[in-house]
Amino acid sequence: MSSPLDLADARPDPAFTVTLDGREIEALPGRTVAAALWEAGVTSWRSTRGEGRPRGIFCGIGVCFDCLVTVNGRPNQRACLVPVAPGDVIRTQEGTGHDD
Amino acid sequence: MTDRPHLAVIGAGPAGLAATLAAAARGTRVTLIDSAPEAGGQFYRQPATGLRARRPQALHHQWRTWERLRDSLAGHVKAGRVRHLTEHHIWLVEKRLAEGFTVHALLGPEQEDPVTVRADAVLLATGGYEQVLPFPGWTLPGVLTAGGAQAMLKGTLTVPGRTAVVAGTGPLLLPVATGLAAAGVDIAALVESADPRVFLRQSRTLAAHPGKLGEGALYAGQLLRRRTRTLYRHTVVEAHGTDRVEAVTVAALDAEGRVRPGTGRRIPCDTLAVSHGMLAHTDLAESLGCLLDGTHVHVDEEQRTDVPGVWAAGETTGIGGSALALTEGHIAGGSAAARLAGTEPDPEEWATAAKSRTKLRRFAAALDRVYRPPAHWSEQVTDDTVVCRCEEVTAGTVREAVGELGAGDLRTVKLLTRAGMGWCQGRMCGPAVAGLAGCDLTPSRRPFARPVPLGVLARAGEETDQ
Repeated sequence: MSSPLDLADARPDPAFTVTLDGREIEALPGRTVAAALWEAGVTSWRSTRGEGRPRGIFCGIGVCFDCLVTVNGRPNQRACLVPVAPGDVIRTQEGTGHDD
Repeated sequence: MTDRPHLAVIGAGPAGLAATLAAAARGTRVTLIDSAPEAGGQFYRQPATGLRARRPQALHHQWRTWERLRDSLAGHVKAGRVRHLTEHHIWLVEKRLAEGFTVHALLGPEQEDPVTVRADAVLLATGGYEQVLPFPGWTLPGVLTAGGAQAMLKGTLTVPGRTAVVAGTGPLLLPVATGLAAAGVDIAALVESADPRVFLRQSRTLAAHPGKLGEGALYAGQLLRRRTRTLYRHTVVEAHGTDRVEAVTVAALDAEGRVRPGTGRRIPCDTLAVSHGMLAHTDLAESLGCLLDGTHVHVDEEQRTDVPGVWAAGETTGIGGSALALTEGHIAGGSAAARLAGTEPDPEEWATAAKSRTKLRRFAAALDRVYRPPAHWSEQVTDDTVVCRCEEVTAGTVREAVGELGAGDLRTVKLLTRAGMGWCQGRMCGPAVAGLAGCDLTPSRRPFARPVPLGVLARAGEETDQ
């Protein structure tokens, strides 16, 4: 087995397009924002308030709030919980997410 | 229908499901409330429906148990005996003087719109979350909890990278490593800090659980077939990289749990899945005023907390795994149903479950003695290592608060340094701060179990019941 989709014999509907900072990426229905970003090869989408350090998924279950991201203009969404939807405008988040 | 007593079960993992089924089978009206889109909890987390997985069982263990739980729940829901509320994120359970309980939740992934549920009794099956102790580089992207890697795999059918090191301590590491390997990830090493000789000393307890041992042997066999490098009595001392993890350094531990100088070796990887055990979610129990035993909820033989009308089962009453959660949930549901009907429960009804519970608790205690983080883990935490991930408080700052300002407990460290004051409210850094400060990990007594919009708080008096 070479991929998790193969392992679970998943046959999802066709992928749709969302954007990350204006760049188009493909996402499968059912995936979370975090999963869509992982599939696009992106592992960090936030920089911290203090040191500006990159962060991505840590706990993966909504407890740690490390994976915060701005989706359709709403900052501080947990990428590991929020399902991705066609046309989503995803933006990497700087600091509190309220600066831009 | 509606005048029958009403039980709110919080959490749809193994404990909550078993409790729901036991109570519903005895005629109790049950509302099962859970934050996920589907039942299963963390252990039986299902691939999102949209992914149309035809073989989700490839990601799971004990699939037949899950099928039984899932189908029984569906039967009760169809018959109108159980209401299953999904994507309800509960922030508070309130005990009302004369009229039972009010469960306050936020809806959907956005968690902005409030909803309340009234109930005559509450059964807390809120589960647990992972503990990770800090080390230099642990905030780098690509470093994630072992359970988080598993949750992403089970729920979204994605993996974090191509080459992973799975490290830390605990029975979770093996299934995570084999799961990732089956999904195509190259496991560069499995790094377990426990001492295998301790297993032998525990052999009497372990031998009483051939099923559990078999499970472990199965995972170990799978790794062996893949020729996965397994390092016992080793620990990760640092994760390297600038914008994401590129390698880790692992080193051997001596008998005292100290890193043996000169044993460090570098292993290239793009993912580090790490775990140092589990902690119970106790926020809702704490705000209800339930007595805790250390860091978990205290319950009696019937799984009752010391607050009348509140039961608890599963990891929230002590970390012990899904099989134990099932027995506790079954007993709790039976007890709640009987007492809500105004009758004294007959323990004979759950005698088999009680026997399993005793054995499984003994097994969990044995595992807990084996799987301990290295005793001197904090010596590897450099002063510039971030400990509180949310507020970016370093180990040096915490040590200063302890050494120079005399902070001797979590609360004082928090007030002096902001460690534990951020988004996660100390869930991630609590064990680390306690370790660095040399004090016990104590419950945080958070007033709310999750962030609540101010507008929701302001309107919390004028409820919209569901």
